[in-house]
Amino acid sequence: MSARAKRVLVIGSGPIVIGQAAEFDYAGTQACRALREEGIETILINSNPATIMTDEDVADVVYVEPLTPDVLRRVIMRERPDGLLPTLGGQTALNLAVRLAELGILERYGVRLLGTPLSAIQQAEDRQLFKELLQEIGEPVIESAIVHSIAEARAFAATTALPLIVRPAYTLGGTGGGIARTPEELDEITASGLAASPIHQALVERSLLGWKEIEYEVIRDGVDNAITVCNMENIDPMGVHTGDSIVVAPSQTLSDREYQMLRTSALKIIRALGIEGGCNVQYALDPHSFSYFVIEVNPRVSRSSALASKATGYPIARVAAKIAVGKRLDQIRNTVTEQTTAAFEPALDYCVVKIPRWPFDKFRRADRSLGTQMKATGEVMAIDRSFSAALQKAVRSLETDAHDLLWEDPVWVDPERLEHDVRVASDLRLWALATSLRRGAPDAEIARQSNIDPWFIREIGRIVDMERRLASEPIDDSLLWQAKRMGFSDDQIGALAGVDSAGIRERRYALDITPVYKMVDTCAAEFEAATPYYYSTYDEEDEAAPLEGGKAVVIGSGPIRIGQGIEFDYCSVQAAHALDAAGSHSIMINSNPETVSTDFDTSDRLYFESLDAESVGEILRHEGGGCLHTVPVILQFGGQTAINLAGPLTSRGVPVMGSSVDTIDLAEDRERFEAFLTRIGVPQPPGTAVTTLEGALDAASRLGYPILVRPSYVLGGRAMEVVHSAEYLAQYLASSVDFRTGHPILIDRYLEGKEVEVDAICDGEQVLIPGVMEHIERAGVHSGDSFAVYPGVNLYSSEVERIVEYTTRIALELGVIGLVNIQYVIHSARIYVLEVNPRASRTVPFLSKATGLPIIEIATRAMLGESLRSQGYEPGLWPRQPLVAVKAPVFSMAKLRGVEVNLGPEMKSTGEAMGIDNEFAPAFYKALLASGLAMSARSSILVSLADRDKPESLPMLSHLVRMGCDVYATEGTAQMIQDNGMPVQMVTKRIGRGSPDMLDVILNGVVQGVINTPGPASKEVLDGFQIRRAAVEKGIPCITSIDTAMAVVEAMRLSTGAYSVQPLPSYRNRVSVGY
Amino acid sequence: MSFRDGDAAVILADGRVFRGTSFGAMRDAEGEVVFTTTMTGYQEVATDPSFRGQIVCMTYPLIGNYGVTPMDDQSRRPWISGMIVRNYCEWPSNWRSERTLGQYLAEHDIPAIQGVDTRALTRHIRNLGAMRGVICASVAGRALDTLRQRARTAWSPSDSNVVADVSVVEERVSGQGDLRVVLIDCGVKENVIASLTRRGASVTVVPFDTPFDEIAALNPDGVLTSPGPGDPENAGAALDTVRDMVDSGLPYFGVCLGHQLLGLAIGAHTSKLKFGHRGGNHPVLDRATGRVYITAQNHGYQVDADSVPTGLGWTVSHVSLNDGSVEGLRHDRLPVFSVQYHPEGSPGPMDNEYVFDEFLRVLRRRKSEREGAAI
Repeated sequence: MSARAKRVLVIGSGPIVIGQAAEFDYAGTQACRALREEGIETILINSNPATIMTDEDVADVVYVEPLTPDVLRRVIMRERPDGLLPTLGGQTALNLAVRLAELGILERYGVRLLGTPLSAIQQAEDRQLFKELLQEIGEPVIESAIVHSIAEARAFAATTALPLIVRPAYTLGGTGGGIARTPEELDEITASGLAASPIHQALVERSLLGWKEIEYEVIRDGVDNAITVCNMENIDPMGVHTGDSIVVAPSQTLSDREYQMLRTSALKIIRALGIEGGCNVQYALDPHSFSYFVIEVNPRVSRSSALASKATGYPIARVAAKIAVGKRLDQIRNTVTEQTTAAFEPALDYCVVKIPRWPFDKFRRADRSLGTQMKATGEVMAIDRSFSAALQKAVRSLETDAHDLLWEDPVWVDPERLEHDVRVASDLRLWALATSLRRGAPDAEIARQSNIDPWFIREIGRIVDMERRLASEPIDDSLLWQAKRMGFSDDQIGALAGVDSAGIRERRYALDITPVYKMVDTCAAEFEAATPYYYSTYDEEDEAAPLEGGKAVVIGSGPIRIGQGIEFDYCSVQAAHALDAAGSHSIMINSNPETVSTDFDTSDRLYFESLDAESVGEILRHEGGGCLHTVPVILQFGGQTAINLAGPLTSRGVPVMGSSVDTIDLAEDRERFEAFLTRIGVPQPPGTAVTTLEGALDAASRLGYPILVRPSYVLGGRAMEVVHSAEYLAQYLASSVDFRTGHPILIDRYLEGKEVEVDAICDGEQVLIPGVMEHIERAGVHSGDSFAVYPGVNLYSSEVERIVEYTTRIALELGVIGLVNIQYVIHSARIYVLEVNPRASRTVPFLSKATGLPIIEIATRAMLGESLRSQGYEPGLWPRQPLVAVKAPVFSMAKLRGVEVNLGPEMKSTGEAMGIDNEFAPAFYKALLASGLAMSARSSILVSLADRDKPESLPMLSHLVRMGCDVYATEGTAQMIQDNGMPVQMVTKRIGRGSPDMLDVILNGVVQGVINTPGPASKEVLDGFQIRRAAVEKGIPCITSIDTAMAVVEAMRLSTGAYSVQPLPSYRNRVSVGY
Repeated sequence: MSFRDGDAAVILADGRVFRGTSFGAMRDAEGEVVFTTTMTGYQEVATDPSFRGQIVCMTYPLIGNYGVTPMDDQSRRPWISGMIVRNYCEWPSNWRSERTLGQYLAEHDIPAIQGVDTRALTRHIRNLGAMRGVICASVAGRALDTLRQRARTAWSPSDSNVVADVSVVEERVSGQGDLRVVLIDCGVKENVIASLTRRGASVTVVPFDTPFDEIAALNPDGVLTSPGPGDPENAGAALDTVRDMVDSGLPYFGVCLGHQLLGLAIGAHTSKLKFGHRGGNHPVLDRATGRVYITAQNHGYQVDADSVPTGLGWTVSHVSLNDGSVEGLRHDRLPVFSVQYHPEGSPGPMDNEYVFDEFLRVLRRRKSEREGAAI
């Protein structure tokens, strides 16, 4: 074996998109720490600032740079690592490593690929090679064909039966794939699959709809020791992407014969591939025989391995990293038991249920059906000693409108709609199953319709049976105990029994029915374990004696969803570290298995639990030795999830650290907030709250259009819209608002102008403002979807001073202790407050990385009572850093058919990337590179602009022309360009009624980018919708805001190719420039 | 009685009582209370003769999910004295399932209890050791103190020669292969026999107390002593047979109890483990190759490492990575070796079937040498 690596490059997975989420921050962070334990220096690169792995204390050298071969080459030249670990950053890192090897860069600079060899990666990823390998070792493979054209797909279809599954090669989350039931569908899906595959290759195979889907997580070391960490059974049968399936671990319906048969196969495969590290093997198992097929292997850590790690306590990424640098399994300590090694297989004594979290609450027009293309943004996991309890906990953890299984879709009054939702997998199917059972459908019929194993149907049936008992019988002590053991919440029991849930709680306390906490110890209690990782259950014995000494509970942010992403996990982890550093025990509660926060190493104690008031309350009471008034809780870092607990917890007497519930309420209550701002003399856009349609129309005409409308009871911009006319206002209110709920509708004057965002820390007496960020898009685009620039590059110093002054005033007057985020708009040289959030915002990690300030630590210490001064910080604006950092939003639109791409006040992005450099243009260009929006000079671009944007766009268009771009434009825009003496090729907007139409130039690959700003007319919105969808599905940049477009073109003009690549702190350490 | 308590109970010798509800047979049973961490294979556990006389606590909490099928029986009947589970499933789902676990146990008159905090029970045994106990399908109207008294003196498999209970009475032959293996049945599982016949052996299963000369008269190519229950020192005649065997020069392979008997036969000692090794995830290091194997285990006794005679050619070939205990013995010249774990799995991993290959390779080589010499 060659010499051991001393400097290792670890590649992260970049921005969060559907199919690639926080699990790779967890994996990468664990890997860097594992390598550090081995005395190896790590160099980490990731373009995603909202990651713990890019904190400067995780790796030895940190680069926040775009993940492109060019950047990687420059990092390698500068750092000269001798090893590269490519298997911990998802498909992104794996593809990049393969590319670097192909380009000869690794060889030229003497960088070895560590762990799994390149040949194994290629053999596992390339469908044909993988198929040949399986045939060689006698493992069954599904009839299939590798195709490069529609004709080849048709030829294969002639030899077998429909339906067929199309899986494009080398894509994440199965992008572009699907199930073809008809020849027409086969043509269509093959076309999109080939387009999505970077090597224009797809696999077409026999469909195994209805077979069980089983996964094994396997690890192998360099001397051929191999183990399985666990297996998992998808409740949804074959046909639903495993990332979109409800999953249970370990398998529930497999006998030992079946379990061992597949386990043996998985070990055979990992050995045949020669993987050194972790991999995941997916199987289809016939529910009526021992027949099985190998579906897929991921030769790297994955979302499934993160889930398996959290489900078992076995740290797969850590072990994989150690194997990559030459350790054998039996040489790696089991950090859970501290007595045994990594060479064993976890024994579970509980049941784990994972449910994906889908974004359909945000994307109401999206196609909710589930297939081979993953659509979930995140997931929740729950642990308990029975399936029913784990399932019900997981449902509560989802934090959707359906708080429990009692929810029913109103459309299910129609039995046909209900049966449809039982048959066709969607995010609602679990509830459809329960509803059918509630209406008396026999188990066998539901099992047949859904193809879900009858075991799971009966388990849900037992929950429904218990619902019946709770609704019809007197709730005696024994029934209450049984219901709690099955995972019923107090709310659920109360709703069924027709009593107040607080009454149920009091009853429980009187009877001493409270949860006990049991340990996740990898060994089913066979050995004494040291891990501080617990879950609740209603059982006899408790194992989690309350922690002694000072302690505080950090509430995590739950599943990753649009509007509440990995940023809040970053904040929660930082808070736990800050508590530890301040000498207080940190206790973490969270329900998301993908994250760093639920790594049991992150806090002194981890409770893997739902984040509802009952679950959190029970933990606080448990840690308080039966009292709720002693253990303080931190709610500022867990996004809206945690903030929503402020009211319920405060009312029960729980001490909330930092800003009080009154402060939170003041910021959220429209009327109080308006009065507050008036009192302290800070302007806000004129607005009002209305409760009727007439009131809305009146108010709008009084305020003057355009106006911003939104319901008051949701945050994060849901159902918010900019409205330009009375006609559209009436239409919007009719479609999006239900006045009968009694919740008012908020109507504000929409002030067009520069939007500015500030995060600040207040200790009660002074306010520290780490930085002022300017948005590229003017107000009206949700701040989470805007490009943000630090420091503001187009702000007058007088504006900055005023913003600092307002921020300080607001924070102090509001009584903020800890963090506050404020958004402003500068309209006609006046500054107005748009929104105040007394909690950590999604820009905190970005701002921390840009300024180097440990914002969360400072805020946590402030909450613990340490003043800013005593921490060594002066109030006011933190000195401007000699750099420019740009935060770019990243979208997953290609995966969500039917979703409007156009940006507005509703947030749509799933992640973010950061570009940082010494000047604006290269920083912005890198942000574009990192977010996949970069277009090269001399490309062809389709432009279709709203009338109001046309005048502003002329300089941008002339830059495009001068750079050598071919401009294609729709009628009106083309006319305007021509009138201004520039060359343009006209394409027609009228799709299918003229050639070429605007869809043709996109789908045929004529243009490499689209700039389309939608106008107000609804017809135009529809045309635009089609071309925007076409662009994202084709995988080319699609820009929908004129502000973004102008900035993009400016960046193309100024900086293509000329940007710096250096470690993050180096940007800050330049000689300071004046403000 | 509290609203939490079911009618049924497990009463341990140290007085601790775990409550639950009954399934399986409605009766009391005595035995040694042990736990196994295997997550699948409750039927194989029930029918493994090595569990003879034990009340088995399944640490995996969902038991009965895939029902029971005669195909998975590992011997002619279930041998456990009782079963303790957290959640028993009465609605099994699997294409091979013919009945529920409860029906199966009831038919064989074996009591079982569910709803127990099995993790608490496991931790109790882990800390205090496997102990005698009573499982009662109903304690309604009965004095717990009387039952505690009974638990203290409950019958345990270490009290008698339980091998005699489980061994066949008559010889039986399986397989058509040309290699002839005599298998001394101390409580063999079907998959041990199947693992040999699949590899080209014909297996003559003989009762545990078959004397060596009778075995030699069958003219075997090799002899295997099977796993089995209880204290190896109680195995009586089987030990004498193994002693004679070692001296005979016949290839010998000892599995589990067969391994412990080999240890005793060569002059090593055996002792009782605190709570045994029972599960499907036990890592074993092969000291010759440095490789680690995940094994199925089910034993309460061990060969003491420091008692293995030195200087006579014996080595400890395998050790447990969990506690360093002896997992295999081997002689450097004689074709004699043994493993403490269960290479046949059932339940448990199939990774170790290669040791059957090794055994039969030895037999094949000697056979061809003999035949070569004969020509």
